[in-house]
Amino acid sequence: MSFPWAKNYEPQQPLMKWLDEKLPLPRLVYNAVGAGYPVPRNLNYFWNFGVLAGAALAIQIITGIVLAMHYAANAGVAFDSVEHIMRDVNAGWFIRYAHMNGASMFFIVVYLHIFRGLYYGSYKAPREMVWLLGVVIFLLMMATAFMGYVLPWGQMSFWGAQVITGFFSAIPVVGEPIRVWLLGGFAPDDAALNRFFSLHYLLPFVIAGVVILHIWALHIPGSSNPTGIEVKDEQDTVPFHPYYTAKDGFGLGVFLLLFVALTFFSPNLLGHADNYIPANPLSTPAHIVPEWYFWPFYAILRAFTFNFLWIDAKLWGVIAMFASIALLFFLPWLDSSPVKSSTYRPLYRKFFWVLVVDVLILGYCGKSPAEQPYVIMSQLAAAYYFAHFLIILPIVSRIERPAPMPNSITEAVLAKHADKSSASATA
Amino acid sequence: MRRVLRAQTGRPGIRANLSVQPCKGNRMASETNLNAGIEDGVRRRDFINIAAVSFAGVGAAAVVLPLVNQMNPSADVLALSSTEIDISAIQSGQAIKTSWRKQPVFVRNLTPVEIAEANKVPLGDLRDPQTLAERTKTGKENWLITLGVCTHLGCVPLGAAEGEPRGDFGGYFCPCHGSHYDTAARIRKGPAPKNLTVPPYDFTSDTVVTIG
Amino acid sequence: MVRPLGFLVGLGFIIALLCAIVTTPLSNEPQAAHAFHKHPRHLALSSDGLFPHWDKAKLQRGMQVYKEVCSACHSLNHVAFRDIQDLGYTEGQAKSFAKGFQVPSINPDTGEPATRDGLPSDHFPAPYANEVAARAANNNALPPDLSLITKAREGGKDYVYSLLTGFQNPPKNLPKELQPATGLHYNPYFANLNLAMAPPLTDGQVTFADGSPNDVKAMASDVSAFLVWTAEPKLVKRVWTGWAVFLYLLIFTGLTYMAYRNIWADKEH
Repeated sequence: MSFPWAKNYEPQQPLMKWLDEKLPLPRLVYNAVGAGYPVPRNLNYFWNFGVLAGAALAIQIITGIVLAMHYAANAGVAFDSVEHIMRDVNAGWFIRYAHMNGASMFFIVVYLHIFRGLYYGSYKAPREMVWLLGVVIFLLMMATAFMGYVLPWGQMSFWGAQVITGFFSAIPVVGEPIRVWLLGGFAPDDAALNRFFSLHYLLPFVIAGVVILHIWALHIPGSSNPTGIEVKDEQDTVPFHPYYTAKDGFGLGVFLLLFVALTFFSPNLLGHADNYIPANPLSTPAHIVPEWYFWPFYAILRAFTFNFLWIDAKLWGVIAMFASIALLFFLPWLDSSPVKSSTYRPLYRKFFWVLVVDVLILGYCGKSPAEQPYVIMSQLAAAYYFAHFLIILPIVSRIERPAPMPNSITEAVLAKHADKSSASATA
Repeated sequence: MRRVLRAQTGRPGIRANLSVQPCKGNRMASETNLNAGIEDGVRRRDFINIAAVSFAGVGAAAVVLPLVNQMNPSADVLALSSTEIDISAIQSGQAIKTSWRKQPVFVRNLTPVEIAEANKVPLGDLRDPQTLAERTKTGKENWLITLGVCTHLGCVPLGAAEGEPRGDFGGYFCPCHGSHYDTAARIRKGPAPKNLTVPPYDFTSDTVVTIG
Repeated sequence: MVRPLGFLVGLGFIIALLCAIVTTPLSNEPQAAHAFHKHPRHLALSSDGLFPHWDKAKLQRGMQVYKEVCSACHSLNHVAFRDIQDLGYTEGQAKSFAKGFQVPSINPDTGEPATRDGLPSDHFPAPYANEVAARAANNNALPPDLSLITKAREGGKDYVYSLLTGFQNPPKNLPKELQPATGLHYNPYFANLNLAMAPPLTDGQVTFADGSPNDVKAMASDVSAFLVWTAEPKLVKRVWTGWAVFLYLLIFTGLTYMAYRNIWADKEH
């Protein structure tokens, strides 16, 4: 489906005409990310991050396939095989560091993509399905990243696997059998390492599949935009190509600059020294920390220290951690305001920024040792996190009086430019 | 109106064309018309777009290099490229099987009879004409060192170990597709196109050979 | 339906958290060791920063210190003799250096465990056959492998250098429970202050062919530089490759920005 004024794919050369009859793949691309996809003309740079996330996924898949050619998923040699890649394989150090930091870059752009979705209300009707599929992608990414981090079989890999599979043992009765089943043993070892490798190789392709669904679902209503007002006529849109391909090309350049700086100049900045120590099942590192992208969730996990009702603290932590992500699935229905963009939601905007700070605090607490004042900070921040989504948001969306909105995207754009030119005229 | 203003003040290329191709009042403001009607502007724009895309292409090609090169032998594999063999224990008429670069190597101490047999064969009868002297080191004609890799499809021929069949010509016999090699390990019968390969080697002393 | 249920779930989490806040003590358990623990001192090396190079003479001296001192207890598993060509040695020198080591092998006639001369393709041999042997010889402490040590410790080379030069007498006010037990040595740069390793370096212990200073600090600095190299032999190449890629990308980004501005020149947005 698309807007009636969308350009139609008209192959010129005989070969392309023939291909279009037999397998209209070029037509698909043309309509998906080519001139055949009309996009609101007023997208800002926050709309770059979808394409960048796709680029990050591609980088991870390519470097990952290459690394798998040299990696050995066996507890006895996994660590050495990674060092073999770093030292002896041609350009191995580059490929491994790119994969390692590519994971961080992937999460950076996806977090900004989620930020965009939350600020501009992209999760709301008619784009609920886009949002739901996005949350599925996020969950798959977390699983993939966790299993990938286990593969080098360093101390953090091993103890990360131990701790995270330990979550399941919090479940009453069946928890411990589930954990043993997941690990294929009583502690992480060959069986766990091999299945993590297998799944770490598989899941990115599952992610790619869900990404296609995500884009498909997006193309039904078309892209959202910073005003949150739906497209009304042709004036409101520009064709994706060349307008947004050019803008995304520039965005890709900036993304790669940051990626390259990290990979070549400070590849271990976001890593942890302990993971350069081979896994030792008999000795736990002094301070176990997950990778930075899990810090906020790790903080929520650790914030629950009280056996409330008949559920013990450990299980509360695990439930809350999963709930903190699962509640995103209900977001389109928790927020009932018809206004999408925070630009026109003065009250929601305030709470939204509190949430952003709150998640940053959670992240900081997740990184810090389980001592005061970090414990109480994480408890307060976790409380706000749940309050924001489950209590504040539904109430705000009911009582809020939105600011006056323009009638159309074009009107908003013209008003912005009129402001600018009158400002420069008076200056 | 703003567009007209910009065109007159901002861009030399556009202004030059405006004089050549006077525009018609209101249509001047239309974006597409401004784009399409001005040749110089179009060319300059195309140039930058083409430059950006080609530059990206160069970068993509440069990234492919390491991704392809990683499949070449790694430094530790290349480091195994030379092997030393002690040949002092090999009696006349015996052979040993050893390995170089993870490939089997046959080292045979030829008997005078085998040498004579090899030298008797007219070169014209050979599929891959080579004399025994060309396949050994001067003064060490009794030491025949070859890869144990059949030149047909890479099986390991029989004949190096005691009691194995040595084929119709008393050298090596490949059981996979029936290639027969003579006492100088030259192909005589069967599908293999070439003689068994002689690897690069040197005698470091009378009893030690370095292959590779 | 979603909103009332969500409200209840949210309330549940918040009450559980409030109970947790009320019941968690606000003070931390005192950790006396913290007060005596010191941050590593900075060691400046030519391989630091954004414009690094290897100081090969220094790395060679560092390798000599490793060979003559550290290698008695510490392995260097990930480094092969062929690798030392990076330090400015020729292929022949690497070969004869390797020959100076005995590496585990088997007797070709009997199959019994034996040793043979090292080859360039061999890795530095470990001083102990296995972990049990290493612990038995070291008062139940395990000397860690040093190949990755500057990447495997917080503080990296600074930590290694500080540790090597940081042995000292315990301060007078050190609580009794923190004082070194028999066989342990006080070192404020070590996490729990007491280290099983005795001070490994003494002034003048190693004599360098180039006549460089051989006091404890100089030797510690040299061996730390060497261990930076063993941890990441591709470090210098990595940074300079990074510059080439970075400059390429700057131009690429500039061009794409111009293309973007051009394409959008006539579209208000």
